Amino acid sequence: MPAKHRTEAPGPSRHRWVSPTAGAPDGMRRRRFLGYLIAAPTLAVGVKLTADSVLEAEALPSPTPEVSEVYDLSDLLLDSTRPTANLITIVVNSDGTVSFTIPRAESGQGITTTAAMLIAEEMDIPVSDVTVDLADARPELLFNQQTQGSASVISIYTPVRVAAALARGRLLEAAATILGDEAENLRTTGGRVLSTAGSSIPFAELAAAAANAVTREAVTELKPVDEFSVIGTEQRRDDVVAAVTGRKKYTMDLEVPDALPTMIARPPTIKGTVESVNNLDEVRSMPGVTDVVEISTDAEPGRGTTSSAVAVRARTFGQCIDAVNALDITWGRGNVDGESDASILAQLREAPAPANLPSPTPLDEVGGQLPLVTEPVGDVLDGVGATESIDQEFVFYWRSNAAMEPNVAIADVRDGEAEVWTPSQIPIVTQTQLAQVLDLPQSQVTVHVPRGGGAFGRRLFSDAALDAARVSKEIGKPVRLMWHRADECRAGRVHPMCISRVRATYSPSAGEVVAFEQRQTSVATDYTESFGDMITSQAAKLPFANELTLSQTVFLLTASVPYDLGAIVLGYNEIFDFDRFATGSVRNLNNQDFRPAQELVVDQLAERLGEDPLEFRLDRVEDERAKAVLEAVRDEGEWGRDLPDGVAQGVVVHNEYKGTVAVLAEVDTRPQTTGREIPGATTGPRVRRVTVAVDVGLPINPLGLKAQMEGGVMTGISHVFTGSLHLRDGNFLEGSWDDYRYTRFWNAPTEINVVVMPASGDRPGGAGELAVGAATAAVACAYARATGEMPTSFPIGHTKDVPFEVKDFVPPLPPSPVDGLTAYPAPSAAGPAFDPSS
Amino acid sequence: MPPHTFKVNGRQVTVDTEDDVRMLWVLRDLLGITGPKYGCGINVCKACTSHINGRAFNPCSVPVSQIAPTDEITTIEGLPDTVGADLHPMQEAWIDRDVPQCGYCQPGQIMAAVDLVKKVQAEGGTVTDDDIDEIRNMCACGTYGRIREAIKQGADNM
Ligand code: FES
Ligand code: FES
Repeated sequence: MPAKHRTEAPGPSRHRWVSPTAGAPDGMRRRRFLGYLIAAPTLAVGVKLTADSVLEAEALPSPTPEVSEVYDLSDLLLDSTRPTANLITIVVNSDGTVSFTIPRAESGQGITTTAAMLIAEEMDIPVSDVTVDLADARPELLFNQQTQGSASVISIYTPVRVAAALARGRLLEAAATILGDEAENLRTTGGRVLSTAGSSIPFAELAAAAANAVTREAVTELKPVDEFSVIGTEQRRDDVVAAVTGRKKYTMDLEVPDALPTMIARPPTIKGTVESVNNLDEVRSMPGVTDVVEISTDAEPGRGTTSSAVAVRARTFGQCIDAVNALDITWGRGNVDGESDASILAQLREAPAPANLPSPTPLDEVGGQLPLVTEPVGDVLDGVGATESIDQEFVFYWRSNAAMEPNVAIADVRDGEAEVWTPSQIPIVTQTQLAQVLDLPQSQVTVHVPRGGGAFGRRLFSDAALDAARVSKEIGKPVRLMWHRADECRAGRVHPMCISRVRATYSPSAGEVVAFEQRQTSVATDYTESFGDMITSQAAKLPFANELTLSQTVFLLTASVPYDLGAIVLGYNEIFDFDRFATGSVRNLNNQDFRPAQELVVDQLAERLGEDPLEFRLDRVEDERAKAVLEAVRDEGEWGRDLPDGVAQGVVVHNEYKGTVAVLAEVDTRPQTTGREIPGATTGPRVRRVTVAVDVGLPINPLGLKAQMEGGVMTGISHVFTGSLHLRDGNFLEGSWDDYRYTRFWNAPTEINVVVMPASGDRPGGAGELAVGAATAAVACAYARATGEMPTSFPIGHTKDVPFEVKDFVPPLPPSPVDGLTAYPAPSAAGPAFDPSS
Repeated sequence: MPPHTFKVNGRQVTVDTEDDVRMLWVLRDLLGITGPKYGCGINVCKACTSHINGRAFNPCSVPVSQIAPTDEITTIEGLPDTVGADLHPMQEAWIDRDVPQCGYCQPGQIMAAVDLVKKVQAEGGTVTDDDIDEIRNMCACGTYGRIREAIKQGADNM
């Protein structure tokens, strides 16, 4: 059957296939992994997402020092996926290419490229011969189909390799039969099997021969780390050509017959409700409009607050916008009417986070409440002489987690079935909720997961899918539903406003920090759809979860203090119910607030103890990897170089997601910089140069890893200077990307250098969120050093001004302009964000 | 509904729709040309940036009635044809630098970059960081650093 047997020189690649009955081939027993050969027309293999025995639970340590150092969010995400996972499968196609359907979302973080690399590595085929698609919702995977907490690469690393190794082994067996040789004598390279005699057979010709008639178990070993030739090399994204040619299909680009554009008229206050629609017929007869219908917009079906709105379906989205704005609706009350930034701040201050450890100078006397435990105080005060304290409150205002692609979903709910397309980070939860609101069995609900245009935590909620399905069910037609950008700002998920209070106690005579207390109080964060069930299922294993709230648990799993600062006391408290506001995370959970507050005080401590900020940190970091990344940014970023007055550096190190990252940022606050006038731009202080050093254990794709770091830096810059929502009288003022001032070209550093540290381990860590907290903190520290004044409210520009004309709340959408031919670039009311000297 | 005729990506088309429907929806919803993306609908994010008669414009903010039969619209899909190649040099630079993350903003970014470079080159200059600082295209993934490098690289080949 094989047509061409080419002659090639045999090479060194080792045979790793272990037939189900054979013992270890070389006497030295390596770790072996179990998978399945699946009955199919061409070779198909499957493996449980639990294949790695390293993923087995380690004995849980006691909850000190900070829990996150020993049992962090990555562990939680892994543990909860363990007992329930089902098979993920790899198929070798008859053309020799390999297909894998990954139960994860791809929203720019590069997980599909990573998976393709893992398969290419193990099978000795070009990365470009591997196609990775996204799986529909697969309820049998339970927790094992979620994309969050930077955990994707950690969780698939071994299982995907095991599946690929099984496939390769089976190809070797098939080739051995054809060649009349022993599989042990064969090797693979470039998508071919080679014999020692020099014959070769392409995988394409083996795909059918290696197919299995019955599904059975099989065992394999993995390629040793020192033979890696793909992992650790720079690979471009698997969809880069599609993305730059406009061929990449996002949800709204899919062809679904008769799924006409649909938009929603939302209430003028957060989670408001419709009382009556006063001109239904009039709007139904507007050009292009096919349907107008009131729907529930409850984001947490079956619990929590209720809200409603009016949906419009039309021939074009433009006609949806016009019809939404033409609706005359009488609105009921919202959920937080009357609340503004100031009233929320007052409530946060009245709800201090508890800490019941004896602390040398406790912030509050809160007896009997749970500790968010850390390093005990013990005798830290003995022999250090007189102590002094730094006592500081930091305020963090609301931030939007909107991606460039708005909330989107296509839904077709007819005849007792629902088919939905939405770039969900949690498709099984989406499917469950859809079944619930549609009153259908879950098996009748199909959820497809197209690639997303950014996620950042927003797509951990199913809002758009629920909206679309409700409209489709109500009118009995397919819909293509998109949130307007104004909805994203005003009805979208926000990172909750919070305060972080720090008290650091130090001994000037001993030159030491003796205690560090940091306690955060936040508007409640909605983790119910993402972490809720997971944490509940793992509660028995977490050292603290039984007694803490969900948010406290997440806080403890992520909060990190990378330095030895004596006794450490952490506290976390929340106000409101989980769904009073629509909240979520913004590319990170707590560390974008927690870390900058902490690092600004660390800089203060260094100054008071007369130490250089970087040396101060180097002396106190508790692990070698953290030390190494700090040294790398010191050298690469030229720490301490001569800079003009008004320009300064800031440096921090951060551990999270099994990785460690250091960021050195240079911020320019000179008037000629802050006062730059660019049409339509909010200028202000400028981060000129950023150096990042990152250690994720085993970097799979350094090019993608660098991209994630670069993105985290841009988000950090936004968090420090201008990216926020202003709450006034029950809604947010921002209405689009002009008002919501995320980092733009005029704010972005002209120099950004990411150093990927050599592998420090044999497993990859997460990267998607790693840089956000560190970059936010480094930029804040640099700003403080440049101006000589520590900022205590973030973003710094938030309280300075509302530099835009607030768009109307009724009608809800800004009208479509008519000046797109001439207004390029568009003028705007924006100007310098703020003058640091004022 | 009045017919509207114009050229898009080298093809003469006629669309029956109301005068005030914005070009972004004519392209996407009626013609199925989905390269230009929606990001704001009010001319502030630039995700929809395309070209009209060789210059950048924002179709989310242009009623179809403003388009004349002689106008030539180019979207990201038609950009390579403007240089008679499979890929425009700017797209090649984007690929070489592995610019996209989610990729959603990138068609608009590339169309804006090509326009900027053409403008600067027509004035006899080369594109600078200050020029790039004025680009309005929003990217929530934060790819600005790579775009900056890619624009300079693409400009060298334009
Ligand atoms: S969608 Fe056209 S500028 Fe934003
Ligand atoms: S690449 Fe995702 S918005 Fe720019």
